[in-house]
Amino acid sequence: MSDRTADIREVARKWLTDGAVEAVVGWEQGTYRDRTAPVLVRRAEESERLLFNERCTNNLMTYLKREPVRSLKTVGIVAKGCDIKALIGLIQEAQVPREKVKILAVTCPGVKNPDGVVPVKCQACEVNTPTFYDEIVGDKIASSPDRAARLREIEKIESMSAAERYRFWRDQFDKCIRCYACRQACPLCICNRCIAEKNQPQWIETSAHPRGNFAWNLIRAYHLAGRCVECEACETACPVNIPLMLMNRHMAKVVEEAFDYQAGRDPEVQPPLRTFKLDDDNSFIL
Amino acid sequence: MTQETRTEASAAQGSEAQQVPAAWEPRVVAFICNWCTYTGADLAGTSRMKYPPNVRVIKIPCTGRFDPLFMIKAFERGADGVLVSGCHPGDCHYTAGNYNARRKFTVFRKLLEFSGIDLERVWFSWISAAEGGKWVETVRNFTDVIRQKGPFQEYREMIDVR
Repeated sequence: MSDRTADIREVARKWLTDGAVEAVVGWEQGTYRDRTAPVLVRRAEESERLLFNERCTNNLMTYLKREPVRSLKTVGIVAKGCDIKALIGLIQEAQVPREKVKILAVTCPGVKNPDGVVPVKCQACEVNTPTFYDEIVGDKIASSPDRAARLREIEKIESMSAAERYRFWRDQFDKCIRCYACRQACPLCICNRCIAEKNQPQWIETSAHPRGNFAWNLIRAYHLAGRCVECEACETACPVNIPLMLMNRHMAKVVEEAFDYQAGRDPEVQPPLRTFKLDDDNSFIL
Repeated sequence: MTQETRTEASAAQGSEAQQVPAAWEPRVVAFICNWCTYTGADLAGTSRMKYPPNVRVIKIPCTGRFDPLFMIKAFERGADGVLVSGCHPGDCHYTAGNYNARRKFTVFRKLLEFSGIDLERVWFSWISAAEGGKWVETVRNFTDVIRQKGPFQEYREMIDVR
C-alpha cells in the first residue's frame, strides 16, 4: 500500500525545487488531533508539513479565489476527486487558467466530517480515483457510488406540503447569524464583492432578521444552481447547522432534469445558466 | 370586485383568510420587458381596455435583465404576487434575452417551491406588443387568483418580525 502523505510530500518537494510552482496548497495537521488545516507551502523544505488522512475534509479550491494564491502565477494544489470538480467549475467559468494550476490528485477512500460522520459526498462518490490531474498519488480505488444517498434527504422535503416546507425552512433560516461562512468556504462563490455586501442599492438586508436571512439563503442557493459540485464545504462550515446541502442538491437535481447537466464534469462544456436551448421547457410560461 | 364576492372567496380560503381586512386589495407587481409586454400593455391602454388597477408595472429592458432579487424585493415590500412577462421566444429585441431568462425562471421557481413559497403567486408569461388583450386577460386572471388566495401571509410573517 502506498503512503499518500509521503508521496504528496515528494511531489510537492519536486515541484517546488524545479520551480514548476511558486507554492503548494495542501492540508497540514490542525490544532487538534482529529482536525486538519489548510497550509500554503512556499519552500521545498516545508513540504514535510503536508499530509493526507481521512480528516482532509476541506475543499482547498476555495483558496484559489483569494489572496495570496490568487496573484501567484503558478500554484500546486493537493486535491481529492471531489475537490477537482470545483476546479473544473472554475476553469469552465474562466476564473482560473488551467495552466496556472498543477493538480496533485490523491486517490481517496472517503473522508470524515469533524464529528466523525461519513459525509453524503463520500457515500455517493464517483471520483475516488480522480481523472483530471497533473500528477496522481495513492493506490487506485474503484468507486461504488450510492446514488440514492444524494436524493434521500431532499425527497423527504419534497414530499412535505408547501406549508410544512415553508415552516421547515423558516425554522432553519431563523438560526442564520449571517456570518457568510458558507460563502467563504465555497470554492464557487467567486464574486469579489458579493451581492450581500453591495449597499447601493441594498438588495439583501444585512441584519440577521428572517427577511434578510430568507433572501440571502435563497439567493446563495440560486447563484450556485448548475454550478455547485456538492463538496459540502458550506454545510460543514455553517456554525448553526443549516442543511444548506438540501437546497444545493435540490438545485442540482432540477438542473439535471431540466438541462441534462451535471456540474464539475467537463471543463469544455458551457455552464447551463450561461447558455440555452430553443426547446427548453416552456410549459410553466403563459 | 364587490364585497359579496370577496366574502365568497374568503369562505373558500378557510380560517386563515377570515383575518383579511375588508379593504384589502391584492398588490401585484409586474416586471415587464420594454419591447413586447410593455408595448402590449400600452396597446391595451390606448385601446381603452379595462383591467384591474392592482397591478404595478415596472419596466425592465428585457426579461434577461430580470434578477430573482427583484422578486424577493417585491415580496419584501408587500407584494402578494409577482408577474414577469416579456417577448415570445424568438422575438427578443436582444435575440436571446428571453431564452436566458427562461432558464433562470425554471431554476428559481423550483427553488421557491422547495422553500415552501406558493408558486401560484409567481407567474410568467410571453406577451407581444400586439397582444393587448392577452395582457388584460393575464392581469385579470392573476389578480383574481391572488384575491382568492388573500394576502401573502407567509412572507408578511417574515417581514413583520421585530
